[in-house]
Amino acid sequence: MSLSDTVSLGAEALTLKHGKTTIIEGLDIRLPSSKVTAIVGPNGCGKSTLLNGLSRIHAPSGGVVLLDGKNIHKLPSKEVARHLALLPQDTIAPDGITVSELIRFGRHPHQSALKQWAMSDQEAIDYALKAADLSDLQERLLDTLSGGQRQRAWIAMSIAQETPLLLLDEPTSALDLGHQIEVFELIRELSEEGKTIAMVVHDLPSACRYADHIVAMKQGKIITQGSPKDVMTKELVMELYGVECDLIPDPMTGSPILINIKRVKS
Amino acid sequence: MQLWFQTPPAQRSILSVLIPVALLLVFCCLASLFYGAGEVGPIDVMALLMGGGSDDARFVVLELRLPRTLIGIFAGLSLGLAGALMQSVARNPLAEPGLLGVSSGSAFAVAIALVLGASTATLSIGLAQLGALLGCFCVMGVARMQGQRNDPIRLVLAGAALSSLLIAMTSLLLLYNERAADEIRFWVTGSIAGRNVDQLLSLLPSFVIALACVVYVARPLASLALGERVAIGLGYKPGRIRLIVVFAVALLVGAATAIAGPVMFVGLVVPFAARALVGPDIRRTLWLCLPIGPLVILTADVFSRLVAQPAEMPLGVLTAMVGAPVLLAIVRAHRLPTL
Repeated sequence: MSLSDTVSLGAEALTLKHGKTTIIEGLDIRLPSSKVTAIVGPNGCGKSTLLNGLSRIHAPSGGVVLLDGKNIHKLPSKEVARHLALLPQDTIAPDGITVSELIRFGRHPHQSALKQWAMSDQEAIDYALKAADLSDLQERLLDTLSGGQRQRAWIAMSIAQETPLLLLDEPTSALDLGHQIEVFELIRELSEEGKTIAMVVHDLPSACRYADHIVAMKQGKIITQGSPKDVMTKELVMELYGVECDLIPDPMTGSPILINIKRVKS
Repeated sequence: MQLWFQTPPAQRSILSVLIPVALLLVFCCLASLFYGAGEVGPIDVMALLMGGGSDDARFVVLELRLPRTLIGIFAGLSLGLAGALMQSVARNPLAEPGLLGVSSGSAFAVAIALVLGASTATLSIGLAQLGALLGCFCVMGVARMQGQRNDPIRLVLAGAALSSLLIAMTSLLLLYNERAADEIRFWVTGSIAGRNVDQLLSLLPSFVIALACVVYVARPLASLALGERVAIGLGYKPGRIRLIVVFAVALLVGAATAIAGPVMFVGLVVPFAARALVGPDIRRTLWLCLPIGPLVILTADVFSRLVAQPAEMPLGVLTAMVGAPVLLAIVRAHRLPTL
């Protein structure tokens, strides 16, 4: 069973549970190809769970996740890994691992016990280092890098995986502003090269600025989705987070900015 | 040019470390043949190796010291690899077959067999391996119960509890059965003396299977060090990886315990030394465990023959005397290394 090169990812009637608690029930979603999708919503709305479901980490209790139209759990996991890369939220790396060693792991889905290292692997790694702007840091220990550089190294690992799909769970949550921009701009570049990307993002303005498509979730349901300009309204912000605000377009980029944010007094 | 000890461990080439350690091992093997309790000294052994030598020397070296050396190599290989595998899969530098009750599980199974009428000579290895497997499952079950954030010390505490329980039950069994007690007394402290090569040969098939598992599982296991989700993302199945590791550990520890008794701390010290030399990547650590394991056991064994001449000190006592301080050093260290 092999997959075509431009694969789509989506889910139909997806139900995901943690133990007995239902997090997501009967959800339909389809990621637009070659676009950046941002999944936003309040804490506990199920956005990370959805991402884990889409990336086959969380097995569904109902419904189906479709990779290129096929049930993702019926496909060989290695085959899936050649089409879908994933960057979880809390990454852990052993002490003493270097940037290039980390990135080499991205080649595992393309290798086997017999075919361990090929020219194409080195090319993919060089490309990933270049794309993530890490060529000068490749021999450095991961621990010694800044937060932004470290996150770029993890993304470089998924670039080396050479997948048309990339899922990122809060890729910038632990980073300061400068490092956030570093990572978001890298994500934009990858999307411009044709990757389909979905990311969970906490920060609404960043989601509007860097995503083509917003999926807004609340209590395990998608309440609206579409381009940032279309879906981002003060009513949506109110519904998602229970805060009042005004929206103005960024004078430079045109993407919506939240101003005058305040808590609703009851 | 930079010498190997000036580069950080993780960036050294494997061979630059492996070759010196392997040479040291050769030296240690020779020492194991040359020295020992009894009349046969280095000069007699030299004569024997040159083609001469007395019948006495021939007997002592070929029938006593050679099997003992081979068994030491085997036990060292097994326990070193098993320790590295367990530490990697438990993400815990203190996870060691001896400390976590895997060896005692194996010893308990052997004790039951002895009480039921087997003798150490006819002892089934499969039984020791089954005991090790049960020990593995018990302690890994406890480790899983701790959830994602596992505290290295708690795993060791759980292992220590399991281990003492099994040791107590082993002692209880032996209290009620004098014949078994005699058979097992020396064995239970851990020793590689007084075994023969036939016993070793009977362990080879399971050792080969375990090695095949290690070769197969090394790469997936290395990716598991990046976290379960990343490993899944790379197309691996963490549950299956763990199962294969536990299986290999049980085969290795069971075989080593069957032939050398429950030797403690080797599985702790060997990967610890290997990581210090080549860094934490499990694939590199495993390579280094190959020579270091036998090196540690043989060194301890040669000492165990020399310190209490003309008697011998049990090997297990010596490894504990070396291993316990290493354990304390790891626990006392500023922070435990992340595996």
